[in-house]
Amino acid sequence: MSMNNQGRPTRPAEDSAASPAFATSTGNRALMLEEALIFEIGDANRTGVDLPEAPKAASRLGGLERKSAIGLPGLSEQETVRHYTRLSRQNYAIDLGLFPLGSCTMKHNPRLNEKMARLPGFADIHPLQPIHTVQGALAVIDELGDWLIKLTGMAGVAMSPKAGAHGELCGILAIRSALEARGDKRSVILVPESAHGTNPATAAFVGYQVEDIPAKPDGRVDVDALKARLGPDVAGVMITNPNTCGLFERDLKIISDAVHEAGGFVYCDGANFNAVVGKVRPGDLGVDAMHINLHKTFSTPHGGGGPGSGPVVFSDALAPFAPLPFVERSEDGKLALIEEESMEDHHASSFGRMVAFHGQMGMFTRALTYILSHGADGLLQVAEDAVLNANYVLRSLEDVLDAPFGAAGPCMHEALFSDNGLADGFSTLDIAKGLIDEGFHPMTVYFPLVVHGAMLVEPTETESKAALNQFIGAMRSVALRAKQGDPSLHSAPHFAPRRRLDETLAARKPVLVWTEPVAEQAEAAE
Amino acid sequence: MSRYFTEEHEWVEVEGKIATVGITEYAQQQLGDVVFVDVPAEGKQFDKGDEAAVVESVKAASDVYSPVSGTIVEGNDVLADEPGLVNSDPEGDGWFFKLELTDAGELDSLMDEAAYKKFVADL
Repeated sequence: MSMNNQGRPTRPAEDSAASPAFATSTGNRALMLEEALIFEIGDANRTGVDLPEAPKAASRLGGLERKSAIGLPGLSEQETVRHYTRLSRQNYAIDLGLFPLGSCTMKHNPRLNEKMARLPGFADIHPLQPIHTVQGALAVIDELGDWLIKLTGMAGVAMSPKAGAHGELCGILAIRSALEARGDKRSVILVPESAHGTNPATAAFVGYQVEDIPAKPDGRVDVDALKARLGPDVAGVMITNPNTCGLFERDLKIISDAVHEAGGFVYCDGANFNAVVGKVRPGDLGVDAMHINLHKTFSTPHGGGGPGSGPVVFSDALAPFAPLPFVERSEDGKLALIEEESMEDHHASSFGRMVAFHGQMGMFTRALTYILSHGADGLLQVAEDAVLNANYVLRSLEDVLDAPFGAAGPCMHEALFSDNGLADGFSTLDIAKGLIDEGFHPMTVYFPLVVHGAMLVEPTETESKAALNQFIGAMRSVALRAKQGDPSLHSAPHFAPRRRLDETLAARKPVLVWTEPVAEQAEAAE
Repeated sequence: MSRYFTEEHEWVEVEGKIATVGITEYAQQQLGDVVFVDVPAEGKQFDKGDEAAVVESVKAASDVYSPVSGTIVEGNDVLADEPGLVNSDPEGDGWFFKLELTDAGELDSLMDEAAYKKFVADL
């Protein structure tokens, strides 16, 4: 028999385990590719597109024509595709792994939502199209609005706000309009310490003075302090529930009653609605306005993946002041858009318009798909599983990390830890950077401010127990290194495309524009 | 020459009619690495408590209030290029501005060093 004695080695060489680490000539590490800036790859004298010669025509720019080359790098299509694909591989995404950013609700975005949003009847329409040609899209806006009203127990909804803080602005403008309508000049908005950081900014933007209300040691609003501050100058209170400590504000009804009695309104920041959807209706707790982050609770993409969307629901008292436009169903079942021309008959008290058109259509379609595909039982389970997962993380880590409100009972959708107990010189930032080496996006750090060196973990309901265990294992390992003072943690991340950055230098001497290296310019000139 | 302090963590050093103002060691520690400072131009007038300067660190942006009323005679322009001076020498080379006092009596409401030390210790 003849034997083929050619062939490739099929097992590692015997001395391979002892090989020292070495630097590659390219800087690449196997499939971890280094990538230059697009200006360093491209060439201003090259183009990837074959354009026809421009027709000769007299310039009408009156001397404003560009005199110098525009300096954009020219790349072939393949070079361009590779550049951005390589960069995307250095990124972290919810489709790669658990994204524990507290307060952000980085849950899975179901692919069914995407399929629906891409239907041409929703994706390829124009906001100025004749109304009779977009009845389906208007029906989606109308039906989603109805579900948001039902889920929150409120009276009306404004669909157009573009995201959470924009929704806050909408709610506070409605409060101001309602007060002005009754000739009431109130100047103060109360904001508890446990509220989102955007709340005081919103109130100040609308022209109110902001006053803090302290939290009690258990992380919830100090109701007595709040009641003591109420009076004829208080326009309202902005309260985040569940709050940024991951706790449910149990006294919200008591607070609402007191605020209403004093003539004010209650704004609830609904960013954390995911933890209570299907369980609690904010309307039953006396809330007058609340924004809902569709991109959090109802799983529409965010964080670079898509725009936010922040519809606002209103109580009976505030609903008449909601902003234009509205979708309204007439008696014959046709849907109409109520805008400036038609508001007098329907919404004469509306405070006006916040955006040019109707809101984020793509997000409406995704959110409605999510609501309908989950059903009432599914949404209830969303809240329950989100809370269960967060408590599993809290109880699995509280022996290695300080949980300042761990004794206050179960948390809601997020688990909060502090830097108390880390070795001298070790910080929350070291844990965050160490987590990058372990292959996870870090949790939210240094927020909320009420806890020193805060670490806020929101696993969301879409993570399995196996995925949570992996994350918990990584957190435990990094936390123990920080408690034992492992110096290698100070220089983490070790395995990321870039090591720890000098944020101070970056802020003091920011380099915002690429300039051609001087040496190469000199060479080119020769 | 005497030095006064405010509850907003500014210090005031008075020599004749001229007061030099900066932020305290405690303030720079709380702010962290300072990355940008905006000081007022010569000739600007401030009442006590007016926002006179801005200091930005990697953590936060804060207003610096004029602890006393007066007219600016000099801003510390070096801070534009070297904001780190506020961290390395907050109560010396890291001063923010000098102003000519309108009413020296306003100084009486400020704290002396001992009172400020106690104030910080109680925070």
